[in-house]
Amino acid sequence: MPAFFSDEEMRVIEAACARLIPTDEDPGATEAGVAHYIDGFLGAFSFDPPRIWAGGAFSGRFGGSPGFASFHRLTAVDELAWRTRIEGSLGQPEREWNGPVVGLQERYRAGLAQLGGDFADAGPEDQDGRLRAASGFTALLYEHACEGMYGAPEYGGNRDLMGWRYIDFAGDVQPRGYTDEEVSGP
Amino acid sequence: MSPSGAHDFDAVIIGSGPGGSTAADVLSAAGWSVLILEKGRNHLIDMADPSRLAEDFSNDEIKFLFRHFLGPDPLLEPRTFRRHAGEGDRIHVGEVNSVPTTVGGGGTHADGKVPRFREDDFRMLETFGPIDDAAVADWPLTYDDLEPCYTEAERLVGVAGDAGANPFAAWRSGPYPMAPGAPMFGAVLTSVAAEAHGLHPYAAPTAANSVPYDGRPACNNCGFCAFFGCPIHAKGDPVASLRRALLSGRAELRPETFVSRIVVHNGRATGVEYQDAAGRVTTVGTGHVVVAGGGIETPRLLLLSGLEHPLIGRHLMFHFQTFAMGQLPQKVHGHKGRSVTHVHDDHMIPDDESMAAARAAGLPWFRGGMVEHAGPAHPILEAKLAPWGPLHKQVMRASTMREHLWGFTMQGEDLPQATNRVDLDPTVRDVRGFPVARVTYQPHRHELVASEYYGAKLVDVMYTAGAEWAIRATSPNPDGTDVGGFDGPIATSRHVAGTCRMGTDPATSVCDPWGRLHDVPNVMIADSSPFPTGSGYGPTLTLVALAIRNARALADGGGPTGADVA
Repeated sequence: MPAFFSDEEMRVIEAACARLIPTDEDPGATEAGVAHYIDGFLGAFSFDPPRIWAGGAFSGRFGGSPGFASFHRLTAVDELAWRTRIEGSLGQPEREWNGPVVGLQERYRAGLAQLGGDFADAGPEDQDGRLRAASGFTALLYEHACEGMYGAPEYGGNRDLMGWRYIDFAGDVQPRGYTDEEVSGP
Repeated sequence: MSPSGAHDFDAVIIGSGPGGSTAADVLSAAGWSVLILEKGRNHLIDMADPSRLAEDFSNDEIKFLFRHFLGPDPLLEPRTFRRHAGEGDRIHVGEVNSVPTTVGGGGTHADGKVPRFREDDFRMLETFGPIDDAAVADWPLTYDDLEPCYTEAERLVGVAGDAGANPFAAWRSGPYPMAPGAPMFGAVLTSVAAEAHGLHPYAAPTAANSVPYDGRPACNNCGFCAFFGCPIHAKGDPVASLRRALLSGRAELRPETFVSRIVVHNGRATGVEYQDAAGRVTTVGTGHVVVAGGGIETPRLLLLSGLEHPLIGRHLMFHFQTFAMGQLPQKVHGHKGRSVTHVHDDHMIPDDESMAAARAAGLPWFRGGMVEHAGPAHPILEAKLAPWGPLHKQVMRASTMREHLWGFTMQGEDLPQATNRVDLDPTVRDVRGFPVARVTYQPHRHELVASEYYGAKLVDVMYTAGAEWAIRATSPNPDGTDVGGFDGPIATSRHVAGTCRMGTDPATSVCDPWGRLHDVPNVMIADSSPFPTGSGYGPTLTLVALAIRNARALADGGGPTGADVA
């Protein structure tokens, strides 16, 4: 069940991300759950604590106790910032200290409209054409797709470390780190 | 000895970065009661038990590079930018050279290269002479004056280095506290190539423990160094100074407090007004104020406080960065290691050839800066620069950027110009309604000429190292149209200095040789704002050394304006 998108919207986002980071001999955005990352970000405030900053100090993947999954609590001013960034200022004076802010949710809804409700069922060339036509939104979507593909899996993407595995990246290696030989040798 | 008086604290310190934390350490050790006000959150230290290190930092690219975990959030606290007044009020609102706003300040995100300045960095006018349209100046102190404090700063911060390795280093009274850590593979390759060009690469003096030090572990080379907080506190961020100050029982740290005004009556500061996290406004009375907000926020606060010295905010300096990057055939795995392990200083030393090049360009001389040998490391950054579509996976598998790109960043000396400045933006406000800092900046021709000259040499070194191709770029790119982005006119170097320059003459300087405002002598600055010139070395160790020297003089009632000290 998505946190922000409707099921129909989720299908479009998934289909768009599959064109941005396709599946080939290695898994792509679809298998890595990139759309799930984006949905979790836009719906960050439906979680408690909000899914903005994963905790520390370690994920547990290389030892230590797993802390990433415990997201940080936000201070009042940080909640104001992130709600404004995600939801927009929505005409609320306390969010408009420098004027109105268009939120990511609104940009996504506008982008989805540009791609079209039938995007998921369109052919690949048609899909790429629509993504190119919506270049501003596609640039935003691509930024988030990259975060979902190659960011820590606690944020909802990079499922089973698929994004890191295929590029041979170990990810967060604390508290193991790398040995001096791994650093200095070829 | 604590100064007596009817105030809440002997000193209020504004900012908990390397400068403010050092001042807190020195003053509390001298028996002063100090209050540290920090507008950012605390993720560095357990305030209930300061001997415990916090566990909030992590190897998390999303959190640190894309979600402003260390602050400032550019929505809450934007800055504005223009190249010159002719562009109108501003051409950009948002992120402008943001150094972290968090307990520990810039010390938390730095990868910890902490070189000392050279002797001639303190004597630029005397050594090299004036340049038209730049305010080249000598410092009101010499390297020799500061050397004991450099030694102490290296010990307090915990610096790993090799005392004999750099032929251009200033003299030093002793060895580094620790030996250097493991050299990165890419730096080994470029060091060999640099030596073939007659250059002198050496192990970068680094505030990352190579052995357990001062109750903190040795660095384990995780690779999440520059722009990340250290999860295991192996980095010489201000945690050590802050911990000592808090454990003294005489220092108190209040995070999430925004100082809006230093209260000044008849040429003396009497208190500091701040807002806490709940928006409550409090004024604390104090005998002294130490301002350590960094090169941009410090002049902003002085201006918000109504101080009127005409040079406040002027002579803003960054480092003019020149990049020479190439693709090496080997996998250089820049994500393993402490970001930068090797540097060379040759381009800070004018020689006959560079002097001839300067004269040919109509300049009496030019100087470059310290050159870091390093490569980019993080996969989200790499991915965002890769194309979308079928090529994306191919590019990521080949990993031209993360695995094969390596090269040089020269932190070029940026000459002080009175027209480069920080002032208050006329209309843009922070979340609390206060005017934000506006940066007006464009490089002097000196920086551009030096960058051309040394950049070409660095590209040659990359080809010698075996690069299949190599390119050059600068930050700022004065003509770049990507305003607010990497290839634009806003400097990405987080080294900021000069905005409250120090000197003996109140007509030509904001603060005196001890960092105290000429106009309000019980206000002392403890960051890089007082630097008259910016050097080609990162500012951190020098500002820590200055903070040691100046805070101790304050505590001792010393310094030339000692009579003013209560």
